[in-house]
Amino acid sequence: MSGPQSSETDVQLEEILIHTIAGMLEGLRHVAVGASSPVPGAAALLARARSGEATRVSVLGSEDHNFFTDGGKELFDCAGQGRIDAFFLSGAQIDGKANINLVSIGDPDLPKARFPGSFGSGYLYYVVPRVILFRLEHTKRTLVEQVDFISAPGFCEPNVYRPGGPFAMITDRCLFDVDKARRRFVLKSVHPGETVESIAENTGFDYDVPDAVPTTALPDADTVALMRGRIAGEIAEIYPAFARRVFGLEKAA
Amino acid sequence: MTEMVTSLEALAAKVTDGAQIALPPDYSGCANALWRAVIRRGVRDLHLVGVPVFGYHGDLLIGAGCVAVAETSAVTLGEHGLAPRFTAAVKAGSIIVKDATCPAIHAGLQAAERGAPFSVMRGLIGSDILARRADWKVIDNPFGDNDPVVAIPALTPDLAVFHAAKADRHGNVWIGVRRELMVMAHAARDTLVTVEEIVDGDLMADPVTKAGTIPGLYVTALAEAKEGSWPQGLPATDLVSDHAHLARYAEMAKTADGFAAYLAEFVTGREAAE
Repeated sequence: MSGPQSSETDVQLEEILIHTIAGMLEGLRHVAVGASSPVPGAAALLARARSGEATRVSVLGSEDHNFFTDGGKELFDCAGQGRIDAFFLSGAQIDGKANINLVSIGDPDLPKARFPGSFGSGYLYYVVPRVILFRLEHTKRTLVEQVDFISAPGFCEPNVYRPGGPFAMITDRCLFDVDKARRRFVLKSVHPGETVESIAENTGFDYDVPDAVPTTALPDADTVALMRGRIAGEIAEIYPAFARRVFGLEKAA
Repeated sequence: MTEMVTSLEALAAKVTDGAQIALPPDYSGCANALWRAVIRRGVRDLHLVGVPVFGYHGDLLIGAGCVAVAETSAVTLGEHGLAPRFTAAVKAGSIIVKDATCPAIHAGLQAAERGAPFSVMRGLIGSDILARRADWKVIDNPFGDNDPVVAIPALTPDLAVFHAAKADRHGNVWIGVRRELMVMAHAARDTLVTVEEIVDGDLMADPVTKAGTIPGLYVTALAEAKEGSWPQGLPATDLVSDHAHLARYAEMAKTADGFAAYLAEFVTGREAAE
């Protein structure tokens, strides 16, 4: 991915995404980051740095940024108790009802494509209040009318325990809000270089479009410096290839 | 008494056809040297259980034709992408996948470790994970009012198999904070462990090490295997993942021929080194 250019700096798309997600984590007590999540991981670490370390961050797979001591189950137990305020989920497909598919395309028993699997989504999507969906390939292939396999549903019947659910969805083209009452996505902002029309052309589900849709804000110079310095070093522990590609950084010895 | 085994081959002989085996994720302690010995034995029809996911070692076993069932919340090579032999086997219909979600695997093992018939959990309702698991049941919370919860039956693997930093001659195994290994050992009927080092003395004598130690009570057999998690690293040691090798695996394993060449070079061809 090559990032759009701003007039002041060479801010990359990933940096806009990291900055935007970090803005949704302000004031939270505890943010957890799961598998295959370098952009959310960097965003959580950025939010922590800007909070003066008031926000706790637990990154799966990290030894430096993970304070769990009771094994693999503790993240889920912690979330089930309401001790985790935000988490991140993606999907090979995500549909207009915020259902996510991390499993397969076509018949699950003989699929056309098979992905790693649902990970913790079949639980965390239900119990974490602020689940931020991210999909860094925004096309009609990925953002679909109806997913082929529901790893976790966007919404549930009223009698199902569901303190958690979708809070927003960020893609490589735009940011969507979630209207929980109407169970629909709402276009919130478009990233530099995109338009309301280009989003419509590349989205496979219906969503709401307000009269005014701003361009997603760019990070300021201090934030960019923080990302490229401290945050790049922190995320490199878990995602060395990502840190190298986006920030040009090798993992510290 | 924990059996102290002097060769990887002798430990691998305890992994029998059709066994249900709990595996840790790549960031915990993977007994990769042992798995190479198991593949050299030509074991078949294993039922792998990812706790709660598995990676390189499971993909290797699937590619080598050792696996009938993969019960897991995911199979992934992390930053190295999709697990290629798992993906190919699923698309070919040559293995059965029992998709789960992480806390459901933990819930099943936790029921097993306490000798209970099942655990209950939130989540899952309305998902296709649940719809495709006839062995999981939605029940009404007996203490609630119109409150459906999911019952996950006890998951009692035949074997838990992992690698750890050290053990003593009493069979006590130090795992530090990687306590999913503790749950696996509690839940499984038998536990096979490889360690970097078998140390003198008693790991239970010092409360600092005791807190992170699986008592020999749960450990069926163990063997020493230096760099036994390679190409994966090992927490709380100097062993870090060999990412160059894992990237090479991910590339070679994309095709059946490439995978066969990988096996020849790094598994069957590695016997003398192990």
